[in-house]
Amino acid sequence: MKIEVRGLTKTFGSSNAVGGVSFVVNEGELLGLLGPSGSGKTTVLRLIAGLEVPTSGDIFIDGKRVNDLTVQERNIGFVFQHYALFKHLTVFDNIAFGLKIKKWNRRDIEQRVAELLALMSLDGLGGRYPHQLSGGQRQRVAIARALAPRPSVLLMDEPFGAVDAKVRQELREWLIRLHTDLNVTSLFVTHDQEEAMEVSGRIIVFSKGKLEQAGSPADVYEEPATEFVARFIGSMNIVEGIVRRGQVQVGSLEFPATGFADGQKLQVGFRPYYVKIAEDPARYRQQAKLRHIYFLGVAYRLEIETPDGLILRSRMNKEEFRRCHFIVGQAVSFAVTHFRILPREGTSPSLGTESGSPIAGPLTP
Amino acid sequence: MTSHLLIRVALRSAAVGYVLVLIFLPLAALAQQSVAAGWDRFIQDLTAPQASAALWLTIETAAIATAINAVFGTLSALVLVRYEFPGRWLLNALVDLPFAIPTLVAGLMIAAIYGPTSILGTWLQQGGLTVLYNQPGIILAMLFVTMPFTIRSLQPVLMGLERDQEEAAFTLGASPWTTFWKVTVPSVLPGLLTGVFLTFVRALGEFGSIVIVAGNIPMKTQVASVYVYGEIESYNPQAATSVSVLILLISFVVLLLLERLTRRPGERLPKLFHWSNRADRPGHEAAMPTAAQ
Repeated sequence: MKIEVRGLTKTFGSSNAVGGVSFVVNEGELLGLLGPSGSGKTTVLRLIAGLEVPTSGDIFIDGKRVNDLTVQERNIGFVFQHYALFKHLTVFDNIAFGLKIKKWNRRDIEQRVAELLALMSLDGLGGRYPHQLSGGQRQRVAIARALAPRPSVLLMDEPFGAVDAKVRQELREWLIRLHTDLNVTSLFVTHDQEEAMEVSGRIIVFSKGKLEQAGSPADVYEEPATEFVARFIGSMNIVEGIVRRGQVQVGSLEFPATGFADGQKLQVGFRPYYVKIAEDPARYRQQAKLRHIYFLGVAYRLEIETPDGLILRSRMNKEEFRRCHFIVGQAVSFAVTHFRILPREGTSPSLGTESGSPIAGPLTP
Repeated sequence: MTSHLLIRVALRSAAVGYVLVLIFLPLAALAQQSVAAGWDRFIQDLTAPQASAALWLTIETAAIATAINAVFGTLSALVLVRYEFPGRWLLNALVDLPFAIPTLVAGLMIAAIYGPTSILGTWLQQGGLTVLYNQPGIILAMLFVTMPFTIRSLQPVLMGLERDQEEAAFTLGASPWTTFWKVTVPSVLPGLLTGVFLTFVRALGEFGSIVIVAGNIPMKTQVASVYVYGEIESYNPQAATSVSVLILLISFVVLLLLERLTRRPGERLPKLFHWSNRADRPGHEAAMPTAAQ
């Protein structure tokens, strides 16, 4: 069912954990709340669940305002970061807990638990205690327990935060499949941008209790609405310059910036793969020195320094890298093929979100 | 390798030897002495009216004191762990006081508050309740000396109980009351049982404070430990030994029971007494930070 929050604010003491956040989670969607730790994303989740009381703002689940409903009455499934399994109960009893509270009869409970054990690939583990399970299994029990009473929405706090890297990858893929099968409206919190990208249908980026951007993983990655998003998601070169005659000047680099007043300070961002490098000093207009070569497994990262002392990162695939014969310290030429002018923090994120607008676009080398 | 093995053997022998010398040998000596004169004599000693009255009185008052401390100890532990309030540190420090002061002094303190010349004592007396030289006095003394057990056994388990287990119960529709009984209490049960059982056996054996407040009237307010002392004073070590052995036996059974109860298969051992790092448990690879951290 649809979740909607409007102007949600939560103040702890004098600090704003969540400051006036509004967004919608559509029916059947798997949405990721992404942000660094302390950005208020977990608080948003707890507010929706009813584990915290909002200072102001409204929460709607399935179109109904739930502010005045207790956590028990909201019919949500919540998965805690550290599982929060009942340690004194078996896997079966953990999953059956919510059903017993809702007074299901024994046959229905047994059937539902068996169904969930199968769905979660936990067959045969019903009699185990949580401490007898691996991290990945515990997490799946936690999800099964949350799903058992057929909640209207599923809320997950850092669902893969406490398991190791390999299990995490498996769990991610498994969660996507599970969501495809069940299609329950799901909202999860993560600080891991890769995880958010891979798992979510849509991402909401948070910083300091404020919503920075909402969009598909591709949108957020390709069209960061704010400087924060640009820095937080993926790798990006960010340079700062002053507008002169419709151009942002950053040393010898120039970026078209029509519509901005002369003398204004602007930040320009570009992804490393939009920095093209050639051995031939005449190939591109800009000159630089190659400072470092990093092998990333799937590609190479090259770090160059311009005569003005600007350090930029470039990414190059293996084939291209092998064609060239780069030596650290050599002179190279380079060009930036795409860039974006980033809105300053605190300004409207709507600035420059349109691809192809004059303030974002390809540059001719 | 050999030196490691040697150290291991030496360490284990030292541990076993220590327990053997300090606890087992005196126990065995006492038990041997009590049955040396024959079973009939042992039974006789225990069924002597004064002895059996003392034993029953001890068990009754210890049970009542244990029940009271279980309830109030749990409440106190919850308050000390869960709530911030001015003076909490002081209260927390006071809890250990009964461990620190001699039990005789504890007896004197109780006598001072509830004695016939004190305001409280006089007032209670007028209300028909004689505390000193009466059973309530015995219970009070037992309560005082055993107060830390429940609180101190529960505190670490309560701190280790993540709040999110209770919150998880809320999200599954459980009321705070249901959550307390279905989640909080079972989670801290090993700690609670430990506290309760230790309280009981400690109360059974209490002497110093009771000897002052009980009045020690045979058949009325004389507890087992005071009876034992009296028999020794009156050159009747055999009777003293027999009653002692019975008290020891009860304590031993209670402690064995505790061990069994807190070690149910699949259940985690209470952290207070078992530090063994069980490598055979699967799932230990995942760190489980607790709320206390």
